[in-house]
Amino acid sequence: MKSGKEQTTDLRWTLQKRMKEVLGRSLHIRHVDSGSCNGCDFEMNTLTNPIYDIQRFGVDFVASPRHADMLMVTGGVTRHLEEALIKTYNAASEPKMVVAIGACACSGGIFGRTYANYGGVGHIVPVYVYVPGCPPRPEAIIEGILLALDRYEELSRNRYEELSRNKGENRH
Amino acid sequence: MEKTIKQWLSRMKQQLGNKVRSMEQNGAQETVMLVEKTELPDVCYFLWHEKKGRLFTMVGNDERDIHGFFALYYVFSFDSFRHFITVKTLIDPLDPTFPSVAVQLPAANWYEREVKDLLGLRPQGHPDPRPLILHGDWPEDLHPLRKDFPLDRHAPRVQSREAFMPYDSEDVTEIPVGPIHAGIIEPGHFRFGAVGDTILHLDARLFFTHRGLEKASEGMPLAKALFLAERVCGVCALSHSVAFAQAVERIGEVTIPPRAAYLRTLFLELERLYNHIGDVGNVCAGFGFAVGISQGARLKEIMQQLNEHVAGHRYLRGVVRLGGVRIDITEREKEDIVRTLAYVKKEFQELVDLLFSHDIAMNRMATTGVLRLEHANDLEVVGVAARASGRSVDIRRDQPYAAYDQVPFHVPVYEAGDVLARVRIRVDEVFESIAMIEQLLHSLPSGDTFTSLPPLPPYRSAMGWCESPRGETVHWLMVGPDQTIYRYRIRSATYSNWPAVPLAVKGNIVPDFPLINKSFELCYACCDR
Ligand code: SF4
Repeated sequence: MKSGKEQTTDLRWTLQKRMKEVLGRSLHIRHVDSGSCNGCDFEMNTLTNPIYDIQRFGVDFVASPRHADMLMVTGGVTRHLEEALIKTYNAASEPKMVVAIGACACSGGIFGRTYANYGGVGHIVPVYVYVPGCPPRPEAIIEGILLALDRYEELSRNRYEELSRNKGENRH
Repeated sequence: MEKTIKQWLSRMKQQLGNKVRSMEQNGAQETVMLVEKTELPDVCYFLWHEKKGRLFTMVGNDERDIHGFFALYYVFSFDSFRHFITVKTLIDPLDPTFPSVAVQLPAANWYEREVKDLLGLRPQGHPDPRPLILHGDWPEDLHPLRKDFPLDRHAPRVQSREAFMPYDSEDVTEIPVGPIHAGIIEPGHFRFGAVGDTILHLDARLFFTHRGLEKASEGMPLAKALFLAERVCGVCALSHSVAFAQAVERIGEVTIPPRAAYLRTLFLELERLYNHIGDVGNVCAGFGFAVGISQGARLKEIMQQLNEHVAGHRYLRGVVRLGGVRIDITEREKEDIVRTLAYVKKEFQELVDLLFSHDIAMNRMATTGVLRLEHANDLEVVGVAARASGRSVDIRRDQPYAAYDQVPFHVPVYEAGDVLARVRIRVDEVFESIAMIEQLLHSLPSGDTFTSLPPLPPYRSAMGWCESPRGETVHWLMVGPDQTIYRYRIRSATYSNWPAVPLAVKGNIVPDFPLINKSFELCYACCDR
């Protein structure tokens, strides 16, 4: 069996391969803290440390949503951050892959829905992939990115087929 | 000691005369003075100014179901006596106002704005009437911490009452930043009033991550609430869970077994280590010192992997249980800790040598973001920021808990109050913590790792406290019927320290703000709750 370290390295190579296949280029991610405890945010940060270093494989965390293919959202969306999340979502470029990171983002976590918290990112914007964990380990976040790429590939294939079918019908 | 405390208290009672209606003990370490609300400012000012008590926390509570009134508790810590004095006042729901203490005691400012937002108790004469916890678009007449407000009620958004500092002069440029920032960091909105590059004034709009944790905890069984306490903050998770557990244990009047106390101390120092090491690395990001950033992040990761190895969680969640700890360590794990620490110590020393011998780094850190001692004292600043400004407070030493009275340690204090001093404190504390862990491992007592709790009597209150990596954190707890929470107030270090940041950035240039902010290393999640 492979050691944990080797498995992590494999995971990152898979990530690079899949990004090439699906996107044909690198992946840019924008983070939105919608009311997390900061545990999830720190685990995202961990991905850029010299041990995980996913930047080396072509993933970058960018400053503007306009540069981002993917939004990683932590926290269950507080009342005070709802507007910021929606604005960021609207500003992000297509395909707006939203990955909900952590139990809070998935379903509100231990405190759920309150007067100040919506209890999950899915209540506010459409979510591609839910990554559970409190916080999810760095490997789980990478896995989440991979799942989002699968989903994107599938959706774009369906869309492509639909488009070509429509085209075919139009000809008659 | 006990005798002197008694004498000291009775003298105080004499001095305050009939301002104090009654005085009673709540546990061995806390005395509660009941006062009329009109006497509140005088008594608080006396304790703070004359008697040199530190404002430790302030709690508002809706106790109408119990005796028909709201209650306010201003808690002062008297470190030299290892004692707390709580000034309690009852407020009639028909007249939900009280004279503001913040006029004379600046550190009470936020607390009073908070009870106004959440409980609708209005501080009369308060210097800053703006909303704090709930933003301006929350209806002014709804107060979520009142017991009759349902937990999941979503209030409509109203016309915003938000206001920022207005500037008359055309020379002042307003620079709004946030709430979402460029990096992977927590949300806050900053509004700089700048003249050229120089910051004239900083207005900060915080509490974006207010999740309603305190309300959500009400009615929650204590055993479950421990998980909530751990989730107040990611990187101080253990400090919060220890503070909560201590409050519960104090109400139950149980003492945890010595091995549990040692293990808590050990893990708390591991928490401090991974934070301080990461923070020293992070400060380097304030001036683009890439080697420092990477080394700091790498060593932090090594420490977090050690956490996972010995405690099963990278952020040390799940370590504490009510009455002790859940995690014990084996001889083998002891060796692993010692080995990892030896390596990290060596590498960290190299990083520090590099950083402190780098001209540009030193130039950026020294004399930047000075927090003056008077300001730190007036605002009751805690933790690293306090100790870097010559204010020697460390609750591990001042009101010891867990096994902190069993291991000798040194509390570093610097006078300069600048970014460099705050970095130096962290550096010194890293080596101090490593030495402490070695001692703790060496003298770890054998025996049980937890004790069971008796059923807790309803409506008793107590506090638990902990020196988190960011500073003193206080949890004030009142239990309700059937081992549930009635009221839970979390006062984190950041809550005490944020008001000092605008004072420290004044006169600095805007590009130094990220550096100054990083040197304070404030955490929003546990401030906003
Ligand atoms: S899922 Fe856990 S770690 Fe992530 S924000 Fe929520 S409480 Fe924090």
